[in-house]
Amino acid sequence: MKRTIFNNQLLPWLLLAPQLAITFIFFLWPAGQAVKQSFLSQDAFGINTTFVGLRNFTALLDSAEYLNSLKVTAVFAVSVTLVSMGVALLLAVSVDRMLKSSRVYTTLLVWPYAVAPAVAGILWWFIFNPTVGIMPYMLDMIGYDWNHVSSKSDAMILVVIASAWKQISYNFLFFVAGLQAIPASLREAAAIDGAGPVRRFFDITFPLLSPTTFFLLVVNIVYAMFETFAVIDSTTEGGPAQATNIMVYKVYFDGFVGQNMGSSAAQSVVLMLIVIALTIIQFRWVEKKVEY
Amino acid sequence: MASITLDNLGKVYPGGTRAVGGVNIDIEDGEFIVLVGPSGCGKSTLLRMVAGLESITEGEVRIGDRVVNNVEPADRDIAMVFQNYALYPHMSVRQNLAYGLKNRGTPKAEIERRVNEAAEILQIGPFLDRKPRALSGGQRQRVAMGRAITREPAAFLFDEPLSNLDAKLRVAMRLEIKELQKRLRTTSIYVTHDQLEAMTLADRLVVLNGGRIEQIGTPLEVYRRPASTFVASFIGSPAMNLLDARAVPHLPGTAHAGTIGIRPEDLILAEDGPIEMTVIAVEELGAQRLVHGRTGGEAITIALPSDSPLGDTLKLGFERKNLHLFNRESGNRVD
Ligand SMILES: Nc1ncnc2c1ncn2[C@@H]1O[C@H](COP(=O)(O)OP(=O)(O)OP(=O)(O)O)[C@@H](O)[C@H]1O
Ligand SMILES: [Mg+2]
Repeated sequence: MKRTIFNNQLLPWLLLAPQLAITFIFFLWPAGQAVKQSFLSQDAFGINTTFVGLRNFTALLDSAEYLNSLKVTAVFAVSVTLVSMGVALLLAVSVDRMLKSSRVYTTLLVWPYAVAPAVAGILWWFIFNPTVGIMPYMLDMIGYDWNHVSSKSDAMILVVIASAWKQISYNFLFFVAGLQAIPASLREAAAIDGAGPVRRFFDITFPLLSPTTFFLLVVNIVYAMFETFAVIDSTTEGGPAQATNIMVYKVYFDGFVGQNMGSSAAQSVVLMLIVIALTIIQFRWVEKKVEY
Repeated sequence: MASITLDNLGKVYPGGTRAVGGVNIDIEDGEFIVLVGPSGCGKSTLLRMVAGLESITEGEVRIGDRVVNNVEPADRDIAMVFQNYALYPHMSVRQNLAYGLKNRGTPKAEIERRVNEAAEILQIGPFLDRKPRALSGGQRQRVAMGRAITREPAAFLFDEPLSNLDAKLRVAMRLEIKELQKRLRTTSIYVTHDQLEAMTLADRLVVLNGGRIEQIGTPLEVYRRPASTFVASFIGSPAMNLLDARAVPHLPGTAHAGTIGIRPEDLILAEDGPIEMTVIAVEELGAQRLVHGRTGGEAITIALPSDSPLGDTLKLGFERKNLHLFNRESGNRVD
């Protein structure tokens, strides 16, 4: 790589300034505000602010609603990750076999990724709408009474599908790239070694995909936990009875709707810690552990 | 162990490319056959059709008495050594060797015995618990061979197994493969584009050009009596001189041939020789010197002992029995 030497001490800083400013204004400053807020408490009218130490955090642990939200988030994140990665892997494996004709297929599968989460949410909300949607109608024919407005499990299934849908195309592209990177001769050698297609997949292909799989695992968990706000907001709004109120939605709801700034800030600090932990795992693990 | 018969074998790829056509070879039980030819001549395609990795579009492959056209690779009782070795990177050497046996439900004790036996033959015992990435190229090559022999198959198929090794190791491994095959007496088909490798390994050579067989024969037969100008220029190093018969007039008995061939090592210095050569360049190889030049407008090379005299022009002669005659149009041998 070519190395450039700046004689002017100021120039590098000037060049960095826009990026630093954006990082500061949109990330560091709000994060700092959130951390500060999380140690404060406002009275009902928002006039008096007092320092309360860790009380906002301990209150969270005593709140049944928050503990429920933790559980919901875990179920939601795991389901979204499993569904989106499972479907993507299935599609990628079938494309990898077809190889040639895959281009059209690949292009089609990328489309969902270009659709904004909120639009995707509304789309699925329509498809699953108990009164006008096509899915409840079809489910009704096989005797299932779909209603995500009143049924907790139906609501969870809806938000999982609506969230996983978009992520499938992203995962698919990574899986296809991962599969293409496995030399054909390995699968051929395994075929000669007497392994059938299923066995080949589990003995050879899947283990060799593990770096891709692990990377996607972290990306999808992060996505499910932090980027699905718009999907929840446009479909269930956390309901019914808190059944789909994942942490990131609860931060918004408690803060902006409930006006409980201290608690909301504490919750977002918890979320921040989770992101940091996931990022560390990502870097440590992907680079050291997942190799063969 | 088994004989292998390729009966009028041909392959047209889905896109319409003809890779192989009209190939007939009878390979005897225990024979070492080498397929040799330039890049893209269809060697790999042919081998992969025998292995079952490529569908057969024309003709038949028989292993033993059984037509295997529609038999899965796993059920053809063959083992293959790939150019890139194709070792399973996430498995230890031991697991690599055992994988084929495990899939066939071989008892544990028997697997253990065969893996250890192969490890001993190939001297890879110390590496059995390593992963392939912790091995050198030569060691990986041995493991790939080991994976083939633990299976005790009816035939070995090799696709340029030495081409990723450095020159010195290639020569050493070449010898080892030859010895191993002699010892195990397993029918083998070996693909290479290196004519020296082909000459040293083969019981019989199959020279391929453009998907068709140019010649089948023992290395010496092919060397001594190449069936066409293609074989003549491909087998033997430095390559045979091919001259337009009109450029070397007054040679008795060459009237019916358009092209005459003479190997550089069969040319001798002779004051009264029929060929006069203008020297252009000299290559010193140590024991030999190669002299390149022209005669009657055509390129010619002569291999001389390194102490022989040099000049701007040389008079060359040869023995009549060392002359090869070919038809100018078809390139086929005519004598
Ligand atoms: N999958 C394929 N589809 C279409 N054409 C192919 C395919 N594989 C090989 N070919 C063509 O068939 C011909 C023979 O290829 P093959 O790989 O058998 O050559 P080769 O003799 O093994 O060459 P090399 O020494 O470079 O390995 C080539 O012209 C090649 O382009
Ligand atoms: Mg090849």
